[in-house]
Amino acid sequence: MSTTETKAPAAKPAGTPPDAISLIAKRWKNKRGSLIMALHDVQETFGYVPREVALKLAPQLGVPVARIYEVVTFYNYFKLEAPGRHVISVCMGTACYLKGAPEIKERLMAHFGIKSGETTPDKEWHLQDVRCIGCCGLAPVVTVNSKIIAKVKPADIVTAVTALYTPKEG
Amino acid sequence: MPKLTPKDLDVLRAKSVVIKTTISVGLSSCGIAAGAEAAFAALGEEVKARGLDISVRRVGCAGMCSMEPLVEVAVPGQPTVMYGNVTADDARKIIAEHLVGGKIVKALQVQTVNELAVCAFGDNSKPAPAGGPKQYRIVMRNCGVIDPESFDEYVARDGYQAVKFALTDGSSDAIIEQLRISGLRGRGGAGFPTHMKWDLTRKAVGEERFIICNADEGDPGAYMDRSVLEGDPHAVLEGMILGGFTIGAKLGIFYIRAEYPLAIERVEKAIKQARANGLLGQNILGSTFSFDCEIRLGAGAFVCGEETALIASVEGKRGTPRPRPPFPSVKGLWDQPTMINNVETLANIAQIINRGGAWFAAIGIGKSTGTKVFAVTGKVKYSGLVEIPMGTTLREIVMDIGGGAAEGNVKAVQTGGPSGGMIPANLLDTPVTYEHLQQLGSIMGSGGMIVMDDRDSVVDLARFYLEFCVDESCGKCAPCRIGGTQMQRVLEKIAEGKGDDTDVAALRRIAQAMQKASLCALGQTAPNPVLSAMKYFPKEFESRLKKSTPAAAV
Repeated sequence: MSTTETKAPAAKPAGTPPDAISLIAKRWKNKRGSLIMALHDVQETFGYVPREVALKLAPQLGVPVARIYEVVTFYNYFKLEAPGRHVISVCMGTACYLKGAPEIKERLMAHFGIKSGETTPDKEWHLQDVRCIGCCGLAPVVTVNSKIIAKVKPADIVTAVTALYTPKEG
Repeated sequence: MPKLTPKDLDVLRAKSVVIKTTISVGLSSCGIAAGAEAAFAALGEEVKARGLDISVRRVGCAGMCSMEPLVEVAVPGQPTVMYGNVTADDARKIIAEHLVGGKIVKALQVQTVNELAVCAFGDNSKPAPAGGPKQYRIVMRNCGVIDPESFDEYVARDGYQAVKFALTDGSSDAIIEQLRISGLRGRGGAGFPTHMKWDLTRKAVGEERFIICNADEGDPGAYMDRSVLEGDPHAVLEGMILGGFTIGAKLGIFYIRAEYPLAIERVEKAIKQARANGLLGQNILGSTFSFDCEIRLGAGAFVCGEETALIASVEGKRGTPRPRPPFPSVKGLWDQPTMINNVETLANIAQIINRGGAWFAAIGIGKSTGTKVFAVTGKVKYSGLVEIPMGTTLREIVMDIGGGAAEGNVKAVQTGGPSGGMIPANLLDTPVTYEHLQQLGSIMGSGGMIVMDDRDSVVDLARFYLEFCVDESCGKCAPCRIGGTQMQRVLEKIAEGKGDDTDVAALRRIAQAMQKASLCALGQTAPNPVLSAMKYFPKEFESRLKKSTPAAAV
């Protein structure tokens, strides 16, 4: 088992400047069919697609709010609720599946007392499935924010994940 | 930066590379995930601290994923040495013992008995002698060899020579003719002849035309496209420019999975470098041809690998497919003629133009020419990427290159992911061609190859894939939406030991309806894993029928 940092973008905390939305709108407004790209920017800025952001963004992009909701709910990548500070992603690709991903998920669900797709009440941990992060040679793979836990045994997963806990600042 | 002319390109290509001791570190997603950046940093620090005249460089993925992080040491006049599973401490040890002390660190050396290793680095684009390595690299020829973020290194390996040919001596007719001779077929899985797609789009009537690179690699358990985009982005970009030139497009779009941040970053960089050097933008290489590329990100929808769904997604909508015809080559993005090619298909184009269609056609067998890249994963000993000539048998891939099962015996191999089928061990001598795999009830697919050992249950894996397809069904057409869910219910009943013969018959009936009536390939192929498991492992299904028994009781 090994744990390493990757370049995967981590969800940034809130507290971004108020004009972030207009900047996103300005960037994409005049490009044909760019709603999904604009929503990627929103999710990168806020960590998810907050309702109030969607309401502000829609008129600025010139699309109905329903279009945004339609797209966000169709694609797995977009989230409608704020994830916890630590996002645990269990890779559910076929290689990981054969090498114990279901048991890994079970153990994490039991430890944190949440189902996949849920966040702990203290908002510290969020557990989710991911389709395949394309590192099948290192299966089974679990990521915690930008850190990757590779070739992990189900029995070790809880220790490996909790070791990556970072205390809240302040 | 000055825009290059065709002559400048040749000068840059001929610029001799300084021959000195080089240490190459595989820095693609898998390598980085395994800790390659730590090894890379340690090597750099150690070389600097000792004042050694050694270049420590980044390369893409060589394909030996189970042995990452990989470090290759090339000392002029000596055979190159490959080290695997290198930590930062190991890296320092390599410098001290090998580069300074002159002794190979045997304990870390990758065993060359493994085919993956034999053919991984170096100039592996020559055909192997009989009995030699079974890999042959066209698509991955630069992966693990060049720095993927260096424009000059790509050019030094004949990069952009095909674009130069097209814009100076070539014509769209000449390109399509070479593609026709080559016999290249779509590597996304369906195997449609590439030259026909290009010709149809070229001849279609429209105000503008588009070319799209399909890099929405959705098959869970496959990562060939990610690796090529991370290891040799310029090769795919060159294919896009050639495609744009041939069909008369002004804009090319890379549709890439958002889950692949490094691939996105490297393609972005390649596009910027090409623009700066005059290979994208107005008047490419001083010609009258103008073309540019941009990136659109997927957002996690398997169905977007289907052409019409992908187009909807690029237009910023839900990715739902629509009936064909009209095909995208006639009416695609913004209702204009649009050509969609897979990453691997595009990575082949420049090589075919440079070396000629006949060269390509001589590789492979029958109507399946050239090579195919597979991501061999699951219960195999050496998981990784392999590129083999078409016609290589599954046995050679799984047993000789992959080293067989890590534990126990190989039970079956699944190609084509959720759209493919399971092929039992007794059929491993089947050659890999579009036709042979189809005859067995599977498909070539995009290149996923999952190895199962005798402890794995085919019923469970079939359930896994079906669940995936049900989850990913866009819900637009009833056969896929309802059929998938019903199949899933019946299969769960069987898996729990509550099913009987009528349930098996029901599975077949629903499967047939889905295959015949679904709107797109997702629904049409979703029953494949279940049907192939039932066909080749009937006893395992029967054992589940009577009463719940251990999974792998075949």
